[in-house]
Amino acid sequence: MWGILRQKVGDTGLSPQGLGNQMLRLRPATSAVRDYSAATKEMTVRDALNSALDEEMAADPNVYVMGEEVGEYQGAYKITKGLLDKFGPERVVDTPITEAGFAGIGVGSAYHGLRPVIEFMTFNFSMQAIDHVINSAAKSNYMSAGQINVPIVFRGPNGPAAGVGAQHSQCYGAWYGSVPGLKVLVPYSSEDARGLLKAAIRDPDPVVFLENELLYGESFPVSAEALDSSFTLPIGKAKIEREGKDVTITAFSKMVGYALKAAEILEKEGINAEVINLRSIRPLDRATINASVRKTNRLVTVEEGFPQHGIGAEICASVVEDSFGYLDAPVERIAGADVPTPYAANLERMAFPQIEDIVRAVKRACYRSV
Amino acid sequence: MAASYLSKSNKIIINNIKLSKFYMFRSLNHTSSVTDSVFSRRLIHSTTPPPLLNHAGIETGTFYRGFESVSGGRRSHTATSFSEEIDQLPVEAPLQQELNFPGGKVKFTPKRMFTPGSNEERTNCYRVLNENGELIVDNDSFKMSKELAVRMYTDMVTLQVMDTIFYEAQRQGRISFYLTTIGEEAINIASAAALKNIDFVFPQYREPGVLLWRGFTLQEFANQLFGNKYDQGKGRQMPIHYGSKKLNYITVSSTVATQIPQAVGAAYSMKMEKKDSCAITYFGDGGSSTGDFHAGLNFAAVMEAPVIFFCRNNGWAISTPISDQLRGDGVVVRGKAYGIPSIRVDGNDALAIYSAVYEARKMAIEKQTPVLIEALTYRAGHHSTSDDSTKYRPADEIEWWRDDQSPVKRFKKWIESNGWWSDQVEMEHRSSIRKQLSQAIQAAERVEKPPVADMFNDVYDVPPKNLNEQQDLLTKHIKKHAQEYPSNVAV
Repeated sequence: MWGILRQKVGDTGLSPQGLGNQMLRLRPATSAVRDYSAATKEMTVRDALNSALDEEMAADPNVYVMGEEVGEYQGAYKITKGLLDKFGPERVVDTPITEAGFAGIGVGSAYHGLRPVIEFMTFNFSMQAIDHVINSAAKSNYMSAGQINVPIVFRGPNGPAAGVGAQHSQCYGAWYGSVPGLKVLVPYSSEDARGLLKAAIRDPDPVVFLENELLYGESFPVSAEALDSSFTLPIGKAKIEREGKDVTITAFSKMVGYALKAAEILEKEGINAEVINLRSIRPLDRATINASVRKTNRLVTVEEGFPQHGIGAEICASVVEDSFGYLDAPVERIAGADVPTPYAANLERMAFPQIEDIVRAVKRACYRSV
Repeated sequence: MAASYLSKSNKIIINNIKLSKFYMFRSLNHTSSVTDSVFSRRLIHSTTPPPLLNHAGIETGTFYRGFESVSGGRRSHTATSFSEEIDQLPVEAPLQQELNFPGGKVKFTPKRMFTPGSNEERTNCYRVLNENGELIVDNDSFKMSKELAVRMYTDMVTLQVMDTIFYEAQRQGRISFYLTTIGEEAINIASAAALKNIDFVFPQYREPGVLLWRGFTLQEFANQLFGNKYDQGKGRQMPIHYGSKKLNYITVSSTVATQIPQAVGAAYSMKMEKKDSCAITYFGDGGSSTGDFHAGLNFAAVMEAPVIFFCRNNGWAISTPISDQLRGDGVVVRGKAYGIPSIRVDGNDALAIYSAVYEARKMAIEKQTPVLIEALTYRAGHHSTSDDSTKYRPADEIEWWRDDQSPVKRFKKWIESNGWWSDQVEMEHRSSIRKQLSQAIQAAERVEKPPVADMFNDVYDVPPKNLNEQQDLLTKHIKKHAQEYPSNVAV
C-alpha cells in the first residue's frame, strides 16, 4: 500500500517532501473536512500507531515492544498487530502480569542501550509502575549526572473510554505532566499519532505517550508526507486546528474533536473560535497558547481529567503569567466531574465534558447569555 | 448391584476419555480464538507442528516458542506429540496416572498431603573456610593465587578503614550522611572479584566495595560524599549514592529493590546482543519482600536472562529483624519456586562467596539462566548514621558478630597461614589507607561545590527553553547581588 502511494507521488515528478509541503498548504486546518486530492488517504489512529511502530522497529534493531498481550494476542487494542510475526518474540515481548516488573525491566534494558516501547493496557495500570516511570526513568539522567539516559516510551490508552468504570477511566496527563525529566505527548489525529510516536521513539529522554481508546477506530486524512517513514512531529509544539479570532479553546486528545464540533456550532451564532490541539502536555507550548490568547483575548480550556490541579489549571496560570493584560474575561476551565467515574451510561455522560458544555463555556467567556 | 456399579464406572471412564480426547483434538485445530494458541504453544513440540492460525483464521506460518531453551531439559513441561497419544489410546484405558496440564505433566496421588510451611532442617550453607580461617576438608578444592587473595584482602581492609573514617567524618558534621558495610566486606569484595568489569552492577546501597574493587578511588568516594565539583554525580545526590558509567556500576537509587527488575532488563539487553556478560543485582533481606523482587525473579526465569540475584541476608532491615520480615527458610528457597537455580552461602567467608559467584556467572552466561545467591551474614554496623541499632538489638550480639565472625579476620588468618601476609604489612597498609583517606577528605572539603549551572542540565538530553530562561534569570540575579551569595560557588 505504501509502495503504491510512493509510486504515485513519484509519477507526479515532485519529491515526496515537496508534494507533502504543497499538501500541507492546501489542506484545510480542520480535520473534519475530507481532502480528496490525489495523494491523501484516510487512516485510523490504530493503523497510524501500528505503522509507526512497524517502521521504527524496522529501522532500529534496538527498538522493541513489551507489555501484556502485545504479542500473540496482537495487542489488547490491536495496536501491535502483526509485529510478533514480523519481528519475532525477542522484540515483541509478552509479559506476566506485573506492570511494576516490566516497567522496571524496560528501564533497566534502556540503561544498557535498548529502546523499549512499554505498553500499559491502560494508564490506570501504570499506577502500579509509577515508581519506575518517575524514579527509575524520569529522574535517572539528572541523578546520574548525565551518565544514564533512558530512551524509553511508555504508551497506552489514557482517560475514559465508554462504560469502563472508575478504575479504568482516569486521565493521567496532569500527574505525568508535572514531572521534570519526562516528556508527555497527547496525540489526537492519525497524523499526530504517527508523527509523535516516531518522535517519541527516537527521543533520548523518557516519553509518556497518552493515547485514547475511543480514537483508535477513528479515521483521519493523512498527507503523503505523514506516510513517509522519516516523518516526525516536533515534541513541544501545539497545532492550531482551526483558526479564529473571538476565543481560544485549548484541548487535547478526544476533546479536540469535541472542541472542533463546538466551534462549528458557535460559528452559526457568530462566535469565531480558535481551536488549539495541544499535542504535548510536557513541554507545554506556552508560546502558541499565549500568542493565540493575545489575539482572541478569551480562553476556554477543555480536558477530561479531574479539575483540581489539572491541565487547564496549568494553562490558566501560564496565560495569567504571560498575557494577563490581554485577557478580556476570566479563563473558563472545562474538566471532568470531581467524582470517580460512574459506570451507568447516563451518569458517565454527565461526568465528562460534552460538546454543549464547551459551547456554554465559550458563551460565558464571551459574556453571551447561555 | 455389583454389575450396575461396574457398568457405571465404565461409563465414567469412557466419558472421561472422550472428554479428554475432545480436549486434545480441540487444541490441535487452532481454529477459534487466539487464546488457544497460547495454550497449544506450550504443548506441541516443534516437530511438524500444525499450521499456526492467527485470530482471523489465516495461516501465519512461523511457530514461536520464545527463545529456544539453551538447556533443553530445564523446562518442566517438555512436550510430547499429542497425535500419537490419541491414536494409541484404547477405548478402555487404565485410569489416568498423570495429566499434561498447561505447564507440564503432573502425577496424581490419592494421598492428601500438605507440604509443610518449613522443613525441619534448613537449606545447607556453603562454606569453604571455617571460623579459624582454615580450609575445610572436602571442599571444592579450587586454587586461588596469592596475587588475587592478597588483592582481595587489601581491598577488604581498605573498605573497613574507609567506612570507619567516613562514619567519623559524618559524626563530626563534615558530611551529612553515611552508611557502612561493616560485616559485609567479604560479600562486597569477593563477589566483585569473581565478576568482570563488563558485567553490569545494580547495587542497593551497601556495596561500595564493588566500586572499590573496580577502581573507584578514595578521592572519588570523598568527592561524592562532599558533593563537590569533582563529584561524578555533580552533587545531585545524597552521600553514598555513587555511580560510575565507566565501571558499569549503576548509580545507587534510594528506592528499595527497584534495581532488581532493572537488572533483569539489562541482562535481557545483553542476551539480545549475545554478549558474554551478565548483570548482577544486590539487595537485602528487606528488599526480598518487595513486589519488584517477585516480578524480577519471575521475569528473569521466563525470559532466561543472564542475571545474578545476590541477596545479602544480614538479618536486619533497619530495625526489622528477619523473623518479622519473612517466614519460611530465608530467601534461597524462593528461587526454586521461580525455577531459578539457587545457593545459600556463608556471607562471612570470602572464598565461598568468590567460588559461588564465579560459578554463578559461568552458569548465567553459558546456560542463559538467572541464578539466586543468598549470603547469610550480619549487619554489624548501624543501618546508617541516622540509626542507633543498640536501641533494638543487644549490644553483645552486635559485638560477637562484629568481632568473632568478622570476615576480614577470617580471611586474614587464611592468607597468613599461607605465608602471604604478616602483621607488619597489615599495619603499614592500614596506616597508609588512613593517611590517604585523611588527605582525600581534606582535599574534598576544600574543593568548591558544583556550579549553579549544573542545577539545570541533564533533566533532559537537550535543556528545554524554560530551564534555559530560568538559568539566565538566576545567573543575572546572582551577579547583581553577588555579595549575598557564597563566593566560592561558581555560577
